[in-house]
Amino acid sequence: MLKKSKLVVALAAVALVASTAPAAPAAGNLEIFTWWASGGEALGLAGMTTEFTNKNPDTTFVNASVAGAAGTNAKGVLVSRMEAGNPPDTFQAHAGAELSSYVKAGQLEDLTSLYKSEGWDKVFPAGLIKTLTTKGKIYSVPVNIHRANVLWWNPAAAKKAGITKAPATLDAMIADLAKFKKVGIDGMALAGQGDWAIAHLFDYVLLASMGPDKFNGLWNGKTKWDSAEVKTAIKKFQTILSYGNASKTLDWPDAGKLITTGKAGFFIMGDWASSQWQSEGLKLGKDYTWAPGPGTAGVYQWLSDSFTLPKGAPNREAGLAWLKVCGSLAGQDAFNPKKGSIAVRKDSKPALYDSYLQAAMKSWKVDTLVGSTVHGVNYGNAGMSALNSAVGKFYTGGAKDSAGFIKGLKAAYAADKA
Amino acid sequence: MASTTLKKRKKHIQNPWGGFFFVLPSIIAMAIFVYGMIGWTLKFSFSNRTSPWKRDNSFAGFARYTELLQDPEFTHAFSNLLKFTIVFMLGTMISGLIMALLLEKGIKGEGFFRSTYLYPMAISFIAMGTSWRWLMDSAKGETATGLNLIFNKMGLDFLQNSWYTSVSGSMFAMALPAIWQMSGYVMALFLAGFRGIPDDLREAARVDGASEFKIYRHILFPQLSPTFLTVLIILGHISMKVFDLIYGIASKGYVTKVLAIYMWQVIFDFQNYAKGAAIAVVILVMIAIVVIPYLIYVNKTEEAK
Repeated sequence: MLKKSKLVVALAAVALVASTAPAAPAAGNLEIFTWWASGGEALGLAGMTTEFTNKNPDTTFVNASVAGAAGTNAKGVLVSRMEAGNPPDTFQAHAGAELSSYVKAGQLEDLTSLYKSEGWDKVFPAGLIKTLTTKGKIYSVPVNIHRANVLWWNPAAAKKAGITKAPATLDAMIADLAKFKKVGIDGMALAGQGDWAIAHLFDYVLLASMGPDKFNGLWNGKTKWDSAEVKTAIKKFQTILSYGNASKTLDWPDAGKLITTGKAGFFIMGDWASSQWQSEGLKLGKDYTWAPGPGTAGVYQWLSDSFTLPKGAPNREAGLAWLKVCGSLAGQDAFNPKKGSIAVRKDSKPALYDSYLQAAMKSWKVDTLVGSTVHGVNYGNAGMSALNSAVGKFYTGGAKDSAGFIKGLKAAYAADKA
Repeated sequence: MASTTLKKRKKHIQNPWGGFFFVLPSIIAMAIFVYGMIGWTLKFSFSNRTSPWKRDNSFAGFARYTELLQDPEFTHAFSNLLKFTIVFMLGTMISGLIMALLLEKGIKGEGFFRSTYLYPMAISFIAMGTSWRWLMDSAKGETATGLNLIFNKMGLDFLQNSWYTSVSGSMFAMALPAIWQMSGYVMALFLAGFRGIPDDLREAARVDGASEFKIYRHILFPQLSPTFLTVLIILGHISMKVFDLIYGIASKGYVTKVLAIYMWQVIFDFQNYAKGAAIAVVILVMIAIVVIPYLIYVNKTEEAK
């Protein structure tokens, strides 16, 4: 009797250990790793999945998504799986430098030949391909493009302040912030939670203040972090912060609400804000409207979700088939209208997208492309973390210690190049 | 049936190996997953494995630890943790003790108050963190929400503050939800301590003419010292490891960063495994400094018995 129960306990223990160990997917499975688990992102993914299963009816689709925190949780799980030599068949990552640690570790397969055979080298913008290429090789397939340098504002609130059109330059925007303040509205909506949204704003201010060439130089050492250009940008950043809402604890959707409820004037945020608001039932053009970030018209500060092919993927063929869907016109047009982003391909069909996204598609084809630092294009994970910390320290310290800020920014650069 | 199990039980008591085999699985699991992992972390912390692409596991001595001392972010997280620990431990002990004193006399509806005080412990750290983030909103005056709004409405405007977003006071504010959550538990421990003291002692003291204050000061509190020690240890190690509460409120924000959050960031964001392991070891040593003397003390007193 007792012996039997011991056996049961032992078996249960074994079963527990076995079930927590990641089960190796059987042949004919595609295991895909994303952090798209809810809302428009999950809908978009479902669209692409349908496309994939139509083309590959014999492959079972296994979605290993880890929800939450803009991918920070997922990255943790992914890092441990890659280190343990147990990669998924494909995983999601921001395109650009964020992938560099996997590339340097030799954990990803070179996909350059896929770009040729699928003709992506022709339909993806050349500026993007240049950024994706590391030492002549491309390691990821982007599925969407978000724009980071967008100014969101509420026409009704602006009217109260006597503002009828979006400012065209950074200085004009600062002048408008003062107008908002006069009528008792906070000029700039700030989302202090977790530092990254403030860093996002700073990234835009740098770009608007020094222009795309100098801005790009920041990430390869050609523009120095203690140069006069950076100092000017920091001064403007200080001024903008001084017109921000008093609460330093908002998450970005809460800060966005300040705009849609008319409690704050301007908001610099990526265009995922638009799809968030639409899911809340707000109307583009009526409840909120947009303009290119003042001083950055003609510049498209992009970020992109992309998929990769890890070395040693259990089902390489399925992984490749997935990547082909990711880069295809049908796949991208199934995903993006739901996600609220635009397709990477220049031949995508505008009719499927809303008016903001259609305008974004036009700009995407003609604008100068620069990457978003906070979302993985210019810095790897280490540099990004350090940059967020430096901005967070500066911001919570009342935006006074410019010298300390520059020191932190230099340290972030060093952390990235380490 | 009943008699056979009784017989078997008897046999087991006679055979000491039976007990040993019964705990063997947990001994093995502990050896691998606790001590083995500690050893592994130690080995990593002394290595050169500072990035995922340099697979360099060579011995580096104390290089990672000296790096930590020069890392302003680490010292910032360390001093944050110390501030948090001091305020959290003092606050929780004092409020827990006061609640225990209030309930100790056996007031009406004690059961109700006991569960009410204990209830915050049942809430998950993340859910609690989210609501405290809203409560501790740093906006003041007209746009105030949360606690600042309450102060505003009560005409106590001078009490409004920026909570955990102020540079000097961030960790004191952060200790507030932790105190709120844990003081009920501390109350329960103290209450159990009080109940463990025989009533005869108090009665004898009363007969001898001691005042209530003197009874507490000279009779009850000295008897509570083992409870104090237990509480100190429990709170101490909870505080050193604090992660979820702070992550729930401020995520990876700089101003409230503590060692556990920085460790997580170094390992998964920077992928600097050696340095992350070194931070883990620092946390472990800090907890060991708190816990090991206690274990020695407990062992000694048990032996004495």
